[in-house]
Parts: sequence; structure tokens; C-alpha cells
Amino acid sequence: MAAVTYLLRASFLLLPPQIETPALLRRALRYVPAAVLTAIWAPEVAIADERLAAGAVAIAVAWRWRLTFATILAGLAALHLFHWLT
Amino acid sequence: MLPGVAAFGVIAGVAMVASGITPLMAMLMSLLVFAGASMVAAAQLLASGSPAALVILTTIFINLRFMMYSASLRLHFGREPLLWRLLIAYLQADNVYGLTLMRYAERPQASAQRYYFLGAALVVWAAWQLAVGAGIAVGAGVPGSWRLEFAAPLAFVAMTIPLLRDRAMVAAAVVAATTVVAAHALPYKLAVPLAALAGIVAGLAFERSWR
Repeated sequence: MAAVTYLLRASFLLLPPQIETPALLRRALRYVPAAVLTAIWAPEVAIADERLAAGAVAIAVAWRWRLTFATILAGLAALHLFHWLT
Repeated sequence: MLPGVAAFGVIAGVAMVASGITPLMAMLMSLLVFAGASMVAAAQLLASGSPAALVILTTIFINLRFMMYSASLRLHFGREPLLWRLLIAYLQADNVYGLTLMRYAERPQASAQRYYFLGAALVVWAAWQLAVGAGIAVGAGVPGSWRLEFAAPLAFVAMTIPLLRDRAMVAAAVVAATTVVAAHALPYKLAVPLAALAGIVAGLAFERSWR
């Protein structure tokens, strides 16, 4: 894990300065964070119980305020609230 | 920025031990890998007994964004001495990257860019390691009924949503979410890399069709 992560970070920094970055690769890399992160959290949230509702609350809070800590607190609070309600 | 780093560090620490790896392993991972999202995902995979190859594959996908930072930082640091470039590579982090690029956009001619990067990166690195340590210590003592393991997907939600600033990004995220749920029956969590690829292709396709 450490090795592959380091190699990814070093990749372009270690290329000689003459080599250009391929345009398609650069454009594709833009979508990597959104696609990969979503692929990780979506299955944990798309479960038909209080997790789905808590995930929806967290998405709404993240959309409106963009604050990491508020999103996590709201999501956890919603998780316990919906669990208690059902 | 630092409260965000500290908060995610604590959550990563808590989530790693909550998913069942030992505190020592979690701390070592933090020092060697220094990439929160991949650490939390790897801890979940390791604790569920996934094969090592899958852990590595998932790590590569999650940390591909560092390749993007590397390509972009190269424009600023490509001619620095090798040792500097090796150090800059290790210290890359999402928020350090964002902060330094903002500064270079404001003052493209400023000298001592590498010292600015180094200063910002070292502060973030130290805050992160302390926070992960605190999270590991806390996580080992919190009862399971608090369900803190759910903080990991929530942290990923908090990281993803602010990225969705144009239609192509939204398309990438929606397609990735749909694919991963539709393909969840695949063995070894192969749905995750498959969905990531589908999302990237969707983003590129959408970008082209709207231009």
C-alpha cells in the first residue's frame, strides 16, 4: 500500500521535464476522486434501513454547508434518530 | 483547514480500529501511507478478510488522484533537485495541494515556492499524525453501540459532495454510485474498481457531449 501510494505521488514529479503529460490522461484524472470516493461510500449508505436516511441527511448537509465535521455529526445524529424512530 | 484535517484524522483513526485492525498497524499505516481515505478503505477490506491484491487494487484507485496532483505540481517543481521532488511526493495531500495551487495562482513569480509547500505540508502532516493517534486511542475505548464505523462513509460523502461543481462531475458520481450498487454481487468487492472506471468514463463522455 505504502509503495503504490508513493509511486503514484512521485509519478510525474520524477519524469524528465521534456515529457508532456498526455491530455486525455489529465482529463480522466479529474474525475477519479468523485468516481472512486462515491464507489466506496455508496454501498455503505444504500442499505434500506436508517443508513439510507442518514446518508441522505449527510448529502444534504454537505451540499448546503460543505463542512466535513458538520456532515459527519449530522449523519451520525440522523442514524441514531432514524434507528430510534423505526 | 486544520480543524478539517484534525477531524478527518480522528475519524480515520477511529474507523480503522473500529473495523478491526490493531492500533499499532493503524498507526504504522498512517506514517507509511499517509493517505486517509485509502487507509480507512483498506482497514475495512483487511478486517473482512479480503485478499491482499484487492487491498492494493483499491488503494491504487483511491490514490490515483495523487497522480493528478503529481502531474500538476510538476509544472512548479519539475526542475527542483531530486531529493526535493522525493520529499514533495511523500507530503502531497489534498488540502496542501489545494492551498499551494491557490497561492501560486495568486503569485506566479514568487520565489521560494518549495519552502511554502514544505511549510504548509509539514504542518498538515504533523496535525494529521497527531489526530490519527488520538482517533486510534479513542476508537479503542468507544462502545460499538455508538456506531462510529458509519463515520467512515460519512467522511467520504463530505469529501465527495463539494467536488460536484459541474454536470460532468455529477455524472461521474451518479454513474459510479449506480454501478457499484448494481454490481455489488461481484466477488472481492470488484464492484468498486468497476464503478470507479464507469464513473470516469461517464465524466469524460458527459464533458464531451456538453462542449
